[in-house]
Amino acid sequence: MGMIELTYREALAKSIEEEMQKNPEVFIMGEDIGRYQGTFKVTRGFVEKFGSRAANYNYRILDTPITEAGFTGIGIGAAMAGLRPIVEFMTMSFSILALDQIINHAAKVHYMTNGEVKCPIVFRGPGGAAKQLSAQHSHSMDGWYAHVPGLKVVAPATALDAYGMMKAAIADDNPVVFYENPGLYTVKGEIPDDNPNFTIPIGKAQILKEGKDISLIGYSRMTQVNLAAAELLAKDGIDAEVVDVRSLLPLDTETIYNSVRKTHRAVVVYEDWRSGGFGAEIVSRIQEDCFDSLDAPVGRVGGLNVPMPYARNLELLCIPSEEDVVACVHKIG
Amino acid sequence: MAKKEEYKITESAAELEEHLRDMLFIRHFEEKCNRVYREGKAGGYMHVYIGMEALAVGWMKAIRKGEDYVITAYRDHAHALLLGTPPEAVLGEIMGRKIGTAGGKGGSMHIYDPKNGFYGGWGIVGGHIPLGAGLAFAARYRGEDKVCLNFMGDGASNQGVVFETLNMASLTDLPCVFIIENNEFAMGTRLEYHAADKELWKRGLPFDIRSERIDGMDVIDMKRKATEIVEWCRKEQRPAWIEIMTYRYSGHGAADNDRQLYRTKEEEDLAWQRDPIARLKMQMIGLGYMTEEKYEAIEEELIEEVERIYEICDASPFPEPDEVYDNIYSDMKPEAGH
Ligand SMILES: Cc1ncc(C[n+]2csc(CCOP(=O)(O)OP(=O)(O)O)c2C)c(N)n1
Repeated sequence: MGMIELTYREALAKSIEEEMQKNPEVFIMGEDIGRYQGTFKVTRGFVEKFGSRAANYNYRILDTPITEAGFTGIGIGAAMAGLRPIVEFMTMSFSILALDQIINHAAKVHYMTNGEVKCPIVFRGPGGAAKQLSAQHSHSMDGWYAHVPGLKVVAPATALDAYGMMKAAIADDNPVVFYENPGLYTVKGEIPDDNPNFTIPIGKAQILKEGKDISLIGYSRMTQVNLAAAELLAKDGIDAEVVDVRSLLPLDTETIYNSVRKTHRAVVVYEDWRSGGFGAEIVSRIQEDCFDSLDAPVGRVGGLNVPMPYARNLELLCIPSEEDVVACVHKIG
Repeated sequence: MAKKEEYKITESAAELEEHLRDMLFIRHFEEKCNRVYREGKAGGYMHVYIGMEALAVGWMKAIRKGEDYVITAYRDHAHALLLGTPPEAVLGEIMGRKIGTAGGKGGSMHIYDPKNGFYGGWGIVGGHIPLGAGLAFAARYRGEDKVCLNFMGDGASNQGVVFETLNMASLTDLPCVFIIENNEFAMGTRLEYHAADKELWKRGLPFDIRSERIDGMDVIDMKRKATEIVEWCRKEQRPAWIEIMTYRYSGHGAADNDRQLYRTKEEEDLAWQRDPIARLKMQMIGLGYMTEEKYEAIEEELIEEVERIYEICDASPFPEPDEVYDNIYSDMKPEAGH
């Protein structure tokens, strides 16, 4: 199998493009995704491949007005009819305007019809802080969505997972929130070049670095932070294991628990606001189910509970860093 | 509304009798629902269609049943019944039984029957309007010859997402008929208190959408105009925005037990003079297509039919406790206890 080195952004584009080539019922819609090629340029070149620049509109690569609730709902309706839409949000912060459509409609229709109607749709976009985008553009929406039965929520941390999990998300018959992170788009990784049927299933965590002293548990960009923290800890003689959660809903507790039962210590790291964020749920599960294996309280590193400030020094205070993770590891002892 | 021109009835006696039976069946079904609710055999929020029958009957007869898409809000019993959903499945759902359209998980507000083209049954006022446009989008995307009837109340027509949807439906040429069931009230708020311009039909104009207002208390006229509009949408592949003037004789929902808070008895009496069922009955009698005796016999037959349906539902079981986790997802269940 040939491999190719791509950035996370390019891996996503390759994944979506291959799925659109394979299945004419897959299409993508969102603001400025066509002619403008997407705010974060994930859909670069798509309008030429799947439509035409001259057309008023292209159904397969649909530039929408700035009406998140409206276009999200249209995507959901199309999914109820069996199409497989990918809805791009410029940032997950703007998906707040579509919460009613996602939570009250997409997430409920399968249950409310007792399985008669499926809703195969992907909601994707960058969540969390980019750089100095301040209070209204920096939300981590992962925890909000992972709270909702009926949605699946994934947050891959590597280019390969972005590639493989996007394929799984598009193939899934349920609504999937695909949480990217602006800080990940330039992360590079090896991707299968000529295997469009490659996929990474939703619902499986992975161990990205084995270790015996403590489990660092995170997802999305925080997994990269945990990998960096593990290197720092190694210098202090602490052998950390990095658990990449990958999928929040469903949550692979088995992989998480096996790691904790091995290392007897855990720190959970997440970018979302510390109070009530999804990391709090992981901490709670560990203490409910692995209490006897623990040699220390479960540590938690989350974003500060403040609206994201603009000044770079203040912004950096709010986002968990590898130093914060190391400090937490030392604190729990 | 401009005064309606007189028209000549060319419909056959059989067709008119079918209209009459459909409207009467809905009325007696809904009256039974109200009793069932009062007896505590149905719960939650339940909204009946009494007074509005001609509207749904006219539109459902204008489409290709089972092919075209239909979606509406929570006042949804009539739409399902007219599309061919077994009445036991509708009443069963209202009574929270396993035989219901959603196995008792949806209730009155969430009746669905996708096999017959019915996509609900939605409880967030205005929230389903983009979904209906999405169904039309799917038809258009696939090059199918289908339209979507997208029903909403007058109150719903104020929601922002409705305007967002109209803009996109026009931009992308969707074969979607937006139908406002203007029954003059959004719960306890009269039209003039919730709409800055009471002529809701105008709201399609800024989006370059065909926009009209039609009387919904005359089933013959309703069906004729609906048919023309549906076929126009199908042919032109364009949306339409149609305001239908109607009235609900019951409370907003079964929980609304004091209509005098927002309207007078006199107003209701006046509105009863527009009763679409009485109107058709008189038209038919005038043409010699109906007699009082025959009408009474039909009514009796339908009332018995509704009772029979009720007996079936009442004797059928509630869902099993372990079904609570079923169909949250198509391929997995949450961990037990979570
Ligand atoms: C978003 C939202 N807000 C409020 C409600 C409560 N509510 C249910 S029905 C209703 C009135 C809607 O009136 P209208 O759209 O005219 O429809 P009708 O009930 O007359 O058929 C209200 C306020 C709701 N269900 N959803």
